[in-house]
Order: sequence, then C-alpha cells, then structure tokens
Amino acid sequence: MSATTQATSIDRRQALVDDPMAQFARMVEIRDLEERVNVLFASGAIHGTTHLCLGQEALAVGLASVLRPTDVVTATYRGHGMALALGMSPESVLGEIMGKAEGSTGGVGGSMHLCDMSVGLLPTFAIVGGGLPVAAGAALTFQTRGEDGVGVAVVGDGAANIGAFHEALNLASVWRLPAVFVIDNNSYAEYSRINLTTPMEDLHLRASAYGMPGVKVDGMDVDAVIAAASDAVARARSGGGPTLIEAKTYRFAGHSRADAATYRPQEEVDEWRKRDPLIVTRRSIIAKGLADDAALDALDERVRADVAGIVARVQELPGPAMAAMFGHVWHDSPSVG
Amino acid sequence: MARMRFRQAVAAALADEMRADSSVVVFGEDVAVAQGPFKTSEGLLAEFGPLRVRDTPISEMGFTGMAVGAAATGLRPVIEIMFMEFLGVALDQLVTEGAKMRYLSHGQVSVPMTVRASVGAGAGFGAQHSQTLENWVAATPGLRVAVPSDPQTAYGLLRSAIRDDDPTIVMEPRVLYPERGEVVTGDEGIVPLGVARVVRPGNAATVVTLGQTTRVALRAAEEAGLDIEVIDLLTLVPWDRATVLDSVRRTGRLVVVEEAPWSGGWGEGIVSAVVSAAFGDLRAAPFRITTPDVPVPYAKDLETRYLPNVDEVARQVQEFLKTDAVPAPWWVREGVI
Repeated sequence: MSATTQATSIDRRQALVDDPMAQFARMVEIRDLEERVNVLFASGAIHGTTHLCLGQEALAVGLASVLRPTDVVTATYRGHGMALALGMSPESVLGEIMGKAEGSTGGVGGSMHLCDMSVGLLPTFAIVGGGLPVAAGAALTFQTRGEDGVGVAVVGDGAANIGAFHEALNLASVWRLPAVFVIDNNSYAEYSRINLTTPMEDLHLRASAYGMPGVKVDGMDVDAVIAAASDAVARARSGGGPTLIEAKTYRFAGHSRADAATYRPQEEVDEWRKRDPLIVTRRSIIAKGLADDAALDALDERVRADVAGIVARVQELPGPAMAAMFGHVWHDSPSVG
Repeated sequence: MARMRFRQAVAAALADEMRADSSVVVFGEDVAVAQGPFKTSEGLLAEFGPLRVRDTPISEMGFTGMAVGAAATGLRPVIEIMFMEFLGVALDQLVTEGAKMRYLSHGQVSVPMTVRASVGAGAGFGAQHSQTLENWVAATPGLRVAVPSDPQTAYGLLRSAIRDDDPTIVMEPRVLYPERGEVVTGDEGIVPLGVARVVRPGNAATVVTLGQTTRVALRAAEEAGLDIEVIDLLTLVPWDRATVLDSVRRTGRLVVVEEAPWSGGWGEGIVSAVVSAAFGDLRAAPFRITTPDVPVPYAKDLETRYLPNVDEVARQVQEFLKTDAVPAPWWVREGVI
C-alpha cells in the first residue's frame, strides 16, 4: 500500500464524521458500486462469487462515522460496504473483487477478503463468525497496552448460532474487553429465514447471557446506528466492557451470486424497500434542513457518475503477475509485488 | 547452564521472552493461578501479573481466535492447548484465519502467535488425549510446526517460535515433561526453527525422528550397537531437507521413526522427498516405523506396544541393515491381524 493510498483511506473515513451529506454520499457510493458489481458478475466479467450488501449501507456508514481509524474492525464476506464505509477507495475494493494487481490485496484475496489496516480493517472473514474472537483479540491488545482503542466485530445473524459467538462474547465480558459486537440481522442466514434456524428473532437479547448490554437498533437508519454505536464505543473506551448491538436490516439481494432469493415473500421485500436507507437518510437530511431533494439528487448523480468512471478504469487494469501468488505467505517470503 | 525438567524449560523460555519483550502475553486454561496443568507456566503470574498471564474459560476457539486478533494488532501471544486434540475445536482460527492473514492482507498484517500443545501417547490418557496429529497442521502454508525432544530444545524452540513473525505451533511430547536435562538458557540456548539436529552420527543408515521417537531411536542405537545416524527434525514445517539429504546420500539408507499412524503420518513426506531427490544414492528402499492405523488404545500393554519402542526399532533396523529388505511392521510379522 502506498502512502498516498493510506492518506486517501483515512481522509475518506474522516469525511464521514458529523457530516450527514458525506454519509449519504457514501451510502450512494456503496449502493451504486454493489449494483455495478452485480452486473459485472452476471455478465461474466468477474469470476467466482460475490455477496452483496444492498440495503445494508446505513449500518456500515453509521459504524464508520463513529469509529476511529485506529480502532480495529473484523467484518464479513458481505463486506464491500464496510470496506468502502471505513475508507477504502472504490478502486481498491473493485480492483480486488476483479482480481487486479491494483486491488487492495493485489488480487490474491478477492471479493470476500478486503483489507486496509490504515483504517483498521483486518482481512474480511469468509468463515461465519470467524471475526468475533479476532475482534476480541484486538480489544485485548488495547486493554493490555492501556490504550483506548476498540475492537469491533460485524457479523450476520447466522453467526449468532456458531460457537465462536458464544466463546467470544463470554470471554470478552469476563475480561471486560473494549469490544463492540454488531449483528447485522437481515433475517436470513444464507438461504434460511431466521425462524427456521433460531428460536428468537431479537438476537440482542442474548447479551444478557453474557452479562453485557444488548441494544436493538433500526439498521436502515444511519442516525439511529450512530447513536447506538456512539454509546457502545464510549462504554468500551472508558473501561465499561463490551456491548452487543443488533441492527435490524434487510438484504435486498440474495445470499450470493448464485441466489435469486425466490424463497422470500414479495410483500416482505416490498415492505423493507420502503425503508431503504437511502430514502430514510434523504428524509432525515431534508427534515434537518441541510439540503433539499434537488441538491440530494445532484449529489446522488455525481457520486454514481464517479463510480461509473472508476468501474470503467478498473476493468482495464492488468491482473497480477504470476509471482504474486508466492508473496506474503511467510514473513520471509520473496518480495514479489 | 542449569539442570531442569522439560516442563521447567518451557516455563523458563516463556519467562525469558516475557522479560525481553513486554508484548509477550500468555493465556490458556489453568495457566495462570494453577500455573499450568503440566506446570509449564510456573511463576509467570507472580512475576508478570494478571494483564499478561490469564486463565481462560474452556473455549479453545475463542481464545485461539483472540490470539490471532491480539497478534494481528501488536502483541505476541502464547496460548496453551492443554491436549492437542482440543485444537480440533479451534482449528479454523489457527489454520483458516491466523495462518492466512498475512497473505490476505498483502503483507499489512503479521500474526506472531505461538500455540503450545501437549501431544502424544504413553501416559494412559486414552484415545482422545494421546494423538500427535501433526497432519492437522502440517499442510498449511503460513504456519510453522516445531516439535522439541528434550529440555534444551523445549527451551530453545519455544523462544524461536515466540520471536518468529509468523504463527507457529510447538507440539510438546507430554511424556517428556518430567524429563531432566542440562539446559543452556539465554540467547545461547535459542534453537533456530527449520534446522534439524544430528543427535548421533553414523554411517549405515539415516534414521529420522521427531519428538519422543528421538530418544527411542537413540536408545535402540546404543542398546543394539547400531551404526546409525539419528537426525531429530525439531521443525516439521519447514523441515530441514538439506541435513536429511546430505546424510542419506552418505549412508544410502533411510528409516523414519514416527509417532503417527502408518497412513498419512508425516514420514510419508520425508520418504517421498528423499526418494525423489536422492533415488540414485539409495542402496535400499526407505521405510517407516510407525504406529498402527488404530486409535490410541488405553490398556498399558496395548499403549506401550502401540508406540514405536526401543526393542522394535532395534530389531527392525538390524534386520534392515542385514538384508536391505524392508521389515514388516510388528502387527504383520506377529500375525496379530
């Protein structure tokens, strides 16, 4: 990673702080890039698979607006939005998704493995729940060193049923670690609705089993996410221990590229579409008197035009050299770019 | 130089690294207050305090993952897996998360964690607490594997593992914990990773050993007066091809003595590599003295026979040197099955 890239990621991150227009713009960026990624996959321009976060932009942007770049985040294979929100550039994210040498990990990671440590994003986790104990480990580092950083794990509702969830939350609470666990509850673990796999829909209630606060928040509303995350992060920084946040969201697309999500009732999709984070945020900005519809339309168009230009440029970039696969396996691996 | 038990050498290595580097922390089940189920962390809590020496719940997945996260963010955690089998519930974190994090971050993240696990049969712990299971971890690029065989190597390999910038697992043969030996401590006592040790020079055959089979082969050589060169690998990943090949080219014969099942044991890789690289130098077909393909049995007589023992190694190597033919394993020779 060049110094310029790092500066850009941090700049993009800092731009979100206390700026609803920047937050709206970032959500549009995520939405537009995801829609274009969907098209690129469908057209065969990208191989492998992808997991879109369409509809879940407010949670990513809300969290990023609260956290510091020095905090450490573990996110999931549905992580394009978190990566962009935390500050990674669309070029480095799309470059990695497309397996380009200029991608965030040089094309060896792909859609499910995005990383930028300049803004605290560990390589995103493709094993459900895998990031939960790792974020607690980052919190352990902060606690051991007497620093006020926070370890944050963002997972889906499916992760609430894997052992790592129980072990990480229990241990983080026992050691009173500066951690925040966030469940992005979109009601579907891959193809299965939550009521088929889990005896409760309100997963924040599980916090009581670990002796930590559990908070439910409207994950489609960036202001609500910011409020809940601010409380949890402040508690963690001040030695108050971990918090479990459950954000109620919805996945507008299927689980992965292969999934058309025909198992979902259309009425359910329609109902959630009315609470599209872009609509909710737009209303909020107008209500606050920060901008009107016309200004937001112009901003929306500008962001989408930028993304379109980036997509066109990234598609033309070269793939990695064959030697790239041999780099960074060990600390003394050959330097191969 | 001090005379100490294997388990004390482990504790000495931990203490020396903790004194040298404040980022070294130790955690695991019963390692702090109880000072380790095998007394391998004696004195650590008293000297380094509860921030750096911690008891965990019985949560191998949780605390192994926390070690990954702590290592990725600047600590050098050393965790104890009480019995190697317990790594089974934590393997995701070591193999799929920790060992891939450097690669998936394009070199942005190092994971300098050390896993200590007690391994092996001979102590009457039965089928679920007596395996060595090197093959769980030996085929993961990014993860080093070391196996000490006496107090000196227990001290020296552990210090190297803690200092290494990649994840390393040190597999400690449990039956050796009470063994005494002279140990050089301090920097002179550090044993490098990746370097095998010729523990007995000889000319008639090269005998490759690991862990507790080292002393078995040495005693067999002494008791039967065998002119064999015994090479203790010490590090299984990456193993020291040069030392083994140099020896085999001189002796023309290879025997591997391993505490692992005949099918899939680590010796297969040694034999395969030697045959491919030094076929023309071999005067006889290489062979392996292994355990049978069964779970570790409990009854004392059965467990004793299960392990490659001094008499069996002496007998098979003598026969091999006399005939240049591969001896049958005892269970075939004696018609047990």
